[in-house]
Amino acid sequence: MALIFFFLYFPIGVLVVFSFNASRINATWQGFTLDWYRQLFHDFAIWAATSNSLIVGVASAAISTVIGTMAAFALHRYSFRGKAAFESLLQLPIVIPEIVMGVSLLAFFVLIEMPLGLHTVTIAHVAFNISFVTVVVRARLYAFDFTLEEAAMDLGANRWQTFFKVTLPLIAPGVAAGFLIALTLSLDDFIIAFFTAGPGANTLPMQVYSMMRFGVTPKVNALSTLMLAVVILIGVVGQFIFRGRKETPVPEEEIHPVPRGFEVYAKAGSDRARVPVGAVGARSSPDAQHLQLG
Amino acid sequence: MATSQTLARQGALNVSDVQRPRSVGAHLLLLPAYLWLGIFFLLPLVIIVYYSLTVRTPLGGSEAVFTLEHYARLWDPLYARIFWRSLWLAVATTVITILMAYPFAYALARTPQRWKNLLLLLSVIPFWTNFLVRTYAWMVILRSNGLVNTALMSLGLIEQPLPLLFTPGSVLLGLVYGFLPFMILPIYAAIDRLEPSLLEAAADLGARPWQTFWRVTLPLTAPGIAAGVLLVFVPALGMFIIPDLMGGAKVTLIGNLIQNQFLSARNWQFGSAASVVLMALVVLGLRLYKRFFRLEGVF
Repeated sequence: MALIFFFLYFPIGVLVVFSFNASRINATWQGFTLDWYRQLFHDFAIWAATSNSLIVGVASAAISTVIGTMAAFALHRYSFRGKAAFESLLQLPIVIPEIVMGVSLLAFFVLIEMPLGLHTVTIAHVAFNISFVTVVVRARLYAFDFTLEEAAMDLGANRWQTFFKVTLPLIAPGVAAGFLIALTLSLDDFIIAFFTAGPGANTLPMQVYSMMRFGVTPKVNALSTLMLAVVILIGVVGQFIFRGRKETPVPEEEIHPVPRGFEVYAKAGSDRARVPVGAVGARSSPDAQHLQLG
Repeated sequence: MATSQTLARQGALNVSDVQRPRSVGAHLLLLPAYLWLGIFFLLPLVIIVYYSLTVRTPLGGSEAVFTLEHYARLWDPLYARIFWRSLWLAVATTVITILMAYPFAYALARTPQRWKNLLLLLSVIPFWTNFLVRTYAWMVILRSNGLVNTALMSLGLIEQPLPLLFTPGSVLLGLVYGFLPFMILPIYAAIDRLEPSLLEAAADLGARPWQTFWRVTLPLTAPGIAAGVLLVFVPALGMFIIPDLMGGAKVTLIGNLIQNQFLSARNWQFGSAASVVLMALVVLGLRLYKRFFRLEGVF
């Protein structure tokens, strides 16, 4: 276990250490400096890219949260013809390789002669975020007691009042979780933005990529270290928040907010968890053979 | 899943008389999602399928003449080799990450509670760190005047820097490093859920430790591995960042091929054909894979 932790953290550690190294080209230690960070803060392109990323992230998260929450409600409360087909459509953006989504959107935007820019990245990010928001909000709806809505209406509230005064406040944590996941995925995405952003509309990962292609520089080390620091900060804060409210049962998706594709797992896992005894009985069945191959 | 379907079914039964207006409501709620996914997800896919089947004009446009030449060109040994290499590297990455992640996840799940949260957080941080940053970290270590070469040279073991970066080996290393966290988490979750009493039962019934492992632990945690395989294999197959940054121009994979055709060579028809094949590989593979594992769910 220690070996794997070493493997996971050694490269990151090297990166962090070298971001404080005074030497520009060599891998030898030549004293502590904060110069690279200072340069970073004076780099206009990085600030522009960061603000672009935030604009795209917030806009795409907001739009996909509204659309995804509506879809989650429809899927949770109604049974209708074509539901299974819609559910598979919803899974496609999660499983299709990002590069295919990227080039197909590029082809589409060029075909309809829409100039590329931040708006095209936002559109693309909404397209893949809808699926994730829907999954997360829907998981939250399982815990929602819909008799509360009936009670509100019995007491004379109309549909809108019921929704905004009863339903929405109660499912707000799920909607917020959906928004945060959409925001994170958008901020983290490089591949789709790479194909759908126009010239001059760099997002932060795109800016980082173009700097990295140029080669290893202490400035990129510093930028990478800062990005890492943000992740660790969020992780530690999140840990404290969840520790603080352990009494309330939180759906799994919130404890381990997970990126693209992970909920495929969450389903497989939870279905299995419900039938542990049957699973053991299956040891002798031919299916068990397949299992071991898998 | 199962509960939602049951709930939905109960709902439908209770209000069967008003089912029609309800389902209209559902479609109204779904309308924005239909539109967005239809226009900005399905339609673009249809467009690249169209491109892949039409003749390329000298200016790079598409002429509405049906052809299979772009697909035929993928059989050219030059491109077939790229597909083969991608497939091989994705399989190797998946196998190596399973072998590394399983024992690690096992140890993690068996850690005493007081350390567990901290170690879990440490395992999740790389998972959340941007892929570019983690790939770049290896460039710092492996480049010709990077950490390894500098260390070896100052020890006098080598005189010239070794070409560590821009080799198939460095790409594989980058892929394994990049995807390892994606394998650890699902396997960890599966092992953590494992009922210890089942293992005790197996031991009580006379199973040796390795028998217990092969016949109880492994089958019960297989869904975690299966999920990990999905999370590692599919993106590894279409990856182009790592081969681009750590393989230079020397290690071309499907992802690089597609990127080149769209951005440099501007042969969108050929690039589309490669994308369609990649997409077909993933979707078909997933279908088979799902059927396989659903079979296992029905006891």
